[in-house]
Amino acid sequence: MTETIPARRGVALWIQIVIWAFLVCLLAIVAMGLSRRQQGTVQPGEVINNFPLTFYSGYEFGGKSEINFEDLRGKVVVINFWASWCKPCEQEAAELQKAWLEYEPTGDVVFLGVDYVDTETDARVYLKKFGITYANGADLGTKISQYFRIQGVPETYFVDKDGVLRYVQVGPFVSIDQIRAQIDPLLK
Amino acid sequence: MAKRPIRITQYAILFIAFMMIFLALSIVSAQGPAPTDDEVNKIAKKLYCPVCENTPLDVCPTEACRQWREQIREMLSEGKTEDEIIDFFAVTYGERSTGDPRDKLKAYLIPVVAILLGAALLVSALKAWKKPIVTESTPPTREAKQVHQDEYIAKMEEELKKRK
Repeated sequence: MTETIPARRGVALWIQIVIWAFLVCLLAIVAMGLSRRQQGTVQPGEVINNFPLTFYSGYEFGGKSEINFEDLRGKVVVINFWASWCKPCEQEAAELQKAWLEYEPTGDVVFLGVDYVDTETDARVYLKKFGITYANGADLGTKISQYFRIQGVPETYFVDKDGVLRYVQVGPFVSIDQIRAQIDPLLK
Repeated sequence: MAKRPIRITQYAILFIAFMMIFLALSIVSAQGPAPTDDEVNKIAKKLYCPVCENTPLDVCPTEACRQWREQIREMLSEGKTEDEIIDFFAVTYGERSTGDPRDKLKAYLIPVVAILLGAALLVSALKAWKKPIVTESTPPTREAKQVHQDEYIAKMEEELKKRK
């Protein structure tokens, strides 16, 4: 008596390959996301690439409603990321404004406020509340914050006259001296 | 009893008051009724919190989300449509704020095509590995095999003789 053993049919090779390719892609995406997260912010020593910033009316820079970061070469630039819904931002708002008033007459320092995922109405209330007068604009499409890979707000980036990032302050400043300590060496 | 004549100034005041009421009413009717929470949340459901990951805007308790919901309410009262509002959020706050990518072709089709192409490449590579490697050297001929065997047999016989 002969016994016939049914042939064992597995999943077609091409299906297996598609599944593996899909899994590999998925793993690659997760790995990229994790490495990006661990990468942190843009690091000191890096040259900051050009980016445009459109200002809120009444908060323009030198009468211009939009500037390119490259236009500020030759000046020390302080880029502050903030939002009206951010409570820690309120802690440093007055200190930043004081520092701006101190450095504005020199003409060698520029303060740029980059408003992160905020509504213009609330942003204006915030700016008025803290009497902020330096140039401020919205981070349209979160392109600037994505470039700087900010971890949250507030965060402040100090860029020297050659466009090189020199220091990153994560979290609020507690005193004006902390701000001075970063700007003064860059002016020498 | 003598009637007091209505002065021209009184007419003017009445006219101005009437015009102001009319203007106020027309502004209100142009803005439409104030949007309800349900109307706001219907759109907010399609947007995501900028601070907390993967939290829809309609349920997020953060201040940022409250402000965004107010923004939606404001835009709805201005007569903006749902699509216009979502477009505004995508442009202003980035596509991360919208649950659905604007450019669906780029977002959905390209990864699938890339995976299929990669799989096709793998299949063709595997098939290529399975094929025998063709070298320029020719297989040994029958005569050569015979010579080899004869030598072997001769060696065996020699060994056997030695043992005897």
